Amino acid sequence: MAIVVKRPKLTFGEKIYLSSIAKGMLITMGHFWRALLGKGTVTMQYPEEKWDENLPEYYRGAPALVTDEQDRERCVACQLCEFICPPRAITILPEEIPSEDEWAKVEKRPRKFEIDMSRCIYCGFCQEVCPEQAIFLRKDYAITGTSRAEMVHDKDKLYEIGGVREGLVNKWNELK
Amino acid sequence: MDWINLAVTLIKIVVLTFMVLLPMIAYSVWAERRVAAKIQNRVGPNRTGIPFTKWGLAGLGQPIADGLKFIFKEDFTPAHVRTGFFWLAPALTMVPALMTCAVIPFGSELNIAGYKIPLVIANLNVGPLFIFAIASLSVYGIVLAGWASNSKYSFLGGVRSTSQMISYEISLGLSIVPIVMIFGELNLTEIVKWQDSNGWLLLPFWGEGPLLPKVILLVPVLISFLIFTVSMFAETNRLPFDLPECETELVAGYHTEYSSMKFALFFLGEYAAMIIGSGLAVTLFLGGWSLPGGIGSDLVDKPLWLGIAHFFCFLIKMIGFILLFIWVRWSLPRFRYDQLMRLGWVFFFEIALANVLLTALILIYFK
Repeated sequence: MAIVVKRPKLTFGEKIYLSSIAKGMLITMGHFWRALLGKGTVTMQYPEEKWDENLPEYYRGAPALVTDEQDRERCVACQLCEFICPPRAITILPEEIPSEDEWAKVEKRPRKFEIDMSRCIYCGFCQEVCPEQAIFLRKDYAITGTSRAEMVHDKDKLYEIGGVREGLVNKWNELK
Repeated sequence: MDWINLAVTLIKIVVLTFMVLLPMIAYSVWAERRVAAKIQNRVGPNRTGIPFTKWGLAGLGQPIADGLKFIFKEDFTPAHVRTGFFWLAPALTMVPALMTCAVIPFGSELNIAGYKIPLVIANLNVGPLFIFAIASLSVYGIVLAGWASNSKYSFLGGVRSTSQMISYEISLGLSIVPIVMIFGELNLTEIVKWQDSNGWLLLPFWGEGPLLPKVILLVPVLISFLIFTVSMFAETNRLPFDLPECETELVAGYHTEYSSMKFALFFLGEYAAMIIGSGLAVTLFLGGWSLPGGIGSDLVDKPLWLGIAHFFCFLIKMIGFILLFIWVRWSLPRFRYDQLMRLGWVFFFEIALANVLLTALILIYFK
């Protein structure tokens, strides 16, 4: 069914645009003077001014691995993050935990865990999918390097950024 | 004597086009970006200053950096274009825009050691006609760019530009006719001299002659000014009439396929046309180089300081008009194509014609 759109009836003053043009120009003029006097400008002069203190809780920066209270790496090398990563930035080489180890029942840990930060899109899927709460997105956003190799975060680097995180689910701890 | 005249003209050409007009083009781009930023509550380019120092100078180095960038960028010619026309087109937009600057009187005259140098390159007695004739040539550049680029966006941009320029040329020319009738003169220098002694056309409250006819003449002059300014916007492809290159529909219009310095030439040509248009509007309606209040208009022998004051007065008026161009660009949305054509053919053409008649009647009644 066709609908007849009702056009608004314009008065002569509105039809010749001039009043609306003047109104619009006055608005932009107001913005211009306010910005010229230093008010109303919301731009942050980046390298001098930073947003760091105001970053929201949910900000997604560089992903990093964390250890728990027992200084155990939480990652069990299940590779879910590697599979879900949309730009395929994550590379994991799993290895078996030797039977004499205290945490032998966990069975696996990553021998190699690399995130190519030149590929990472900060989507947060790795954090979302991780069943072990081992990978978290931090608030670091200025990841720089002078070569491609420098942009790859290896396991040591990832733990260094991530640090220790307490109060997470402790499903491998016998005491709990 | 001939050699001296020739040398003086050459110096004027070099100084006025390359040391006044070209820097003005560059810095009007800077002003455009800064004013646009302020209007949109941003900051704009404010860092490019003196290299290797912390002095940003409010971004005044930006045009120079932009120019260097354009020169050093790869000059890419796509394989599917007609190379000859493709190379010709940018020059054809830049050259007419620079040529029109020949008849604009930048100032009265500089009295250097008893030798009077008029600050106009060519004192033609067909000033506005010369500008219209040459400026309308720049449409060839745009059309050639559209055709030679061999791409649909460029083609549509070129087609639009042609029809737009042809439509607005008429109202532009007709809006000048009442002004020319009032002055009885087509020489831009004489026009400014008339305004210097009789008061500016839009502000005729000082100078010789009875006040009443001048105030009544203000009605057709205001109509003329409005039509002239709007047609100037359309003629220079500025928003709200930038249909030949509207980014949302045609990528970049006729210069979609251009890069580096060839693109820069289109860009410069557009701004040069805008500056010359402002210069012409100032010359015709706002008294050109004459000082407000008719200061110094009774001096026959103008001392050097007065010549310099006239020159800067003209520059300030021109900059004010350029700021108006910029202000309008960042305030108004783009017209639809049929609205643009309607405005040109149905409204401005008729109003300009009626305005000629009105002016004639007023002039007959008062003289």
